[in-house]
Amino acid sequence: MGTVIKNTSANAKPNQDVFAATLLKLAETDKDIIAVTSDSRGSGKLVAFGQQLPEQIVEIGIAEQNLVGVAAGLASAGKKAFAVSPACFLTARALEQIKNDVCYSDNPVRLIGISAGVSYGALGTTHHSLHDFAVLRAINNITIVVPADNFETEQAVKLAAQSTKPVYLRFGKKPMPLLTEDENIGFEFGKGRVVKNGGDITIIANGETVYPALLAAQKLEESGILATVVSMHTIKPLDVTLIAQLASETKAIITVEEHMINGGLGEACASYLLQSGHKKPFKIMGIPDEYTVTGSQVEILNHYGISADGIADQAIKLLS
Amino acid sequence: MTDKELKEKSVGYRKKILKYIVGANAGHTGGSLSCIDVLNVLYNDVLNVSPDNFTSPDRDRYIQSKGHCVEALFVVLADKGFFPETDLETLCKYKSHYIGHPTKKVHGVEQNTGALGHGLPIAAGVALAAKLDKKDYRVFTLLGDGELPEGSNWEAALTASHYKLDNLCAIIDNNKLQITGTNAEVCNTDPLDAKFESFGWAVKQVDGHDIHALREAFASMPFEPGKPNLIIAHTIKGKGISFMENSVKWHHGVPNHEQYQSAMTELDVALTNI
Repeated sequence: MGTVIKNTSANAKPNQDVFAATLLKLAETDKDIIAVTSDSRGSGKLVAFGQQLPEQIVEIGIAEQNLVGVAAGLASAGKKAFAVSPACFLTARALEQIKNDVCYSDNPVRLIGISAGVSYGALGTTHHSLHDFAVLRAINNITIVVPADNFETEQAVKLAAQSTKPVYLRFGKKPMPLLTEDENIGFEFGKGRVVKNGGDITIIANGETVYPALLAAQKLEESGILATVVSMHTIKPLDVTLIAQLASETKAIITVEEHMINGGLGEACASYLLQSGHKKPFKIMGIPDEYTVTGSQVEILNHYGISADGIADQAIKLLS
Repeated sequence: MTDKELKEKSVGYRKKILKYIVGANAGHTGGSLSCIDVLNVLYNDVLNVSPDNFTSPDRDRYIQSKGHCVEALFVVLADKGFFPETDLETLCKYKSHYIGHPTKKVHGVEQNTGALGHGLPIAAGVALAAKLDKKDYRVFTLLGDGELPEGSNWEAALTASHYKLDNLCAIIDNNKLQITGTNAEVCNTDPLDAKFESFGWAVKQVDGHDIHALREAFASMPFEPGKPNLIIAHTIKGKGISFMENSVKWHHGVPNHEQYQSAMTELDVALTNI
């Protein structure tokens, strides 16, 4: 199942570009959709949105706490507020507003974390969001979604627009090739997408790390190892049914994420596996508990082994 | 309702605040007594909100930023018929919805608050939604003077001015005391009028215990078209109970039996003097 697309870079767009285009299209026919920005319409690719629908964009300025508070107020009054800000600021500076004004008060704000993970590369730690999964997982009443490719992004934005509950969507800046052309693999929050079937080992990844995981699976095939690759786009609620199935069907599990190894996708999977009695060789791949090496996004990820080669090496190691 | 009737209500509210704080053995006594006249005027003279229209998108909104003074809000909501007053006998008890801060699990509460500096941004968002939808409802939020150092207030003050939210009214319960001491000692925020005016707000200062003055202030909204409204309500922490007034120890002090009886007697006398 799942045909790996080997050469689609010409069509690949950054997920946050697809987010903005999808939101604009939805907002043209839904006047309740409001983009709320913190001087972030450029990086959020919302310049065209602002030009075409000036009545549906609210500029707050660089004030993330207020961004989320105002968005909560808008949402409580029936607006479909999309609060857009770099993930690093949105989920740290405005964390209390997310916790109280959005989640606890149950105001269905769509929190859009852009340029997430280490997308900002050499801009450094202040601009990296390697904590957002962890902090948001510890808050009740929020769905956490990290689309991997342009298809997942478009679907996630459409679902978020319909949601009556708080949602966090996380996007990066890198053009992302389609993971599969198999139209039978749909998209819904809380259901992982198996983008490649294997049988020997399972690689569970999310966001921009799914693509290198898929490339790793291709490399592994050359060594006779068949890997299942999952885009676990929704971290919360976690698709434990799928995880249980894959834990039963394969010999080992690797998780991959553009996040610190503490508190993210890997720990969520580990918690479930251990508590449900699945004992399999298991490895969490992510950024270790340190300030990252400096460099571009790809250099940083490569440094920590979050690459086709790194993931394939880890798979071989785990299976041996 | 006449001024006299509202004044009588205020005394009754004060008695209930003390009653339920004593019953819970917890509560923010001083601040609830300082803001109760504002809440009285809001709910009985200003707000277009009732149990019957609480789900209407056109209702006025009240968001209590100084959530710790929830006892004042609860006794007013009970009086307005949002829930039976006897529910307040469970205040702060195991599994009660009536906890020490506003929660939407209690009918009539608009937003869950408690952490400070949150009410004004949310209120600005609701007021902005009203403008976008071209609706006439208004949004009111009560801030404590002690929460003003929270930067989110000033972020929202900018937004309210930027978007000309003259349908938004913030009221500062300016009792000039907070848990550690006077505002001036802890973090001097004076002059509040000049600060907010410089942020583009229209400001009125009133005696926050003068029912008539409060009614007049609210009735004159918008103070200036195109500007958000601020009422600096000069109040007295612990107002109405002589031994509590202007004493920081009553920030969250709970009266003992003798103090409670003394307070009730004082309020009974106050009622006869209206």
